[in-house]
Amino acid sequence: MIGDGMHVEFIAWAYAGVALLIFGLIGYVVWEARRVKERLAALDKAGIRRRSAETNS
Amino acid sequence: MSVDTVKQPNWFSRLAHPGQFLNWTRHVVWPLAGATVVAFVVGLWFAFLNSPEDYQMGDMVRVMYVHVPNAWLSQAVYGVMFCAALGTLVWRHPLADVANKAAAPLGAVFTTLALYTGALWGRPTWGTFWEWDGRMTSTLVLLLIYLGIIALWRAFDDQLKAGRIVAIVTLVGALNIPIIKFSVDWWNTLHQPASVFTAEGPRMPASILTPLLAMMLAFTLLFALLQIVRMRTEILRRRADSLSRQAALQGGAK
Repeated sequence: MIGDGMHVEFIAWAYAGVALLIFGLIGYVVWEARRVKERLAALDKAGIRRRSAETNS
Repeated sequence: MSVDTVKQPNWFSRLAHPGQFLNWTRHVVWPLAGATVVAFVVGLWFAFLNSPEDYQMGDMVRVMYVHVPNAWLSQAVYGVMFCAALGTLVWRHPLADVANKAAAPLGAVFTTLALYTGALWGRPTWGTFWEWDGRMTSTLVLLLIYLGIIALWRAFDDQLKAGRIVAIVTLVGALNIPIIKFSVDWWNTLHQPASVFTAEGPRMPASILTPLLAMMLAFTLLFALLQIVRMRTEILRRRADSLSRQAALQGGAK
């Protein structure tokens, strides 16, 4: 188990930095995916869709 | 050629077709997200609550549990991009450049984290945040290669053309990977030699190896998850771009 010894601030900064960047990356990936889906939905709403989608519907 | 002699695509080609890829990955995303969360919970439990101090580094060994997985991924992601580059140039695989484009920012983030955690680990153990030695410098070069590839993808409107140029740059940049790997053997360096991926197997006790492997699994699952989501997004983006162009052409013809 982790103690309260020397260099705890280095460990804390390391994990905090990793958490910040990883959560930022996840947020960016999710935001990007939503934005593209909304764009496709807007095109679909305007009646612009792929020919294969039209034949399937 | 008769219908009977037409070569049917194999299962891999069918699986990698963009439409098929969207279909099968739809069922993979959430289970993979769940597995990633569980792996991180287990990994962090090991890292903070169920692993001893190192006899030399003390608690600083816990930084290794985030440093090594990010260092591993900084190179593994480049390996994925290298395979994708071959797929683009040799087989003209429809998903290869999508995979390359999706992976580049992920590789850049993992490499940044490897450098950041390495610097924080280095200060108390070596007495310095940074040293221009072989391992650290070649890893910094890897980050610059990732950033260059991201910039190249953004520089071209024609993504097929961008894919071919990026593939060539990726193959050339791969020369840096063996330099990173063997830098600790070739040159005098502050960085310790390989202790996980060695010919004789890992050189560390099970009490430290177990949390390390758990965290490596967690980060690798996270990469797989983000890579799949980004590839799906890129396929849909290209579809949206194509539809927008089609709409613009129809609008112009009227």
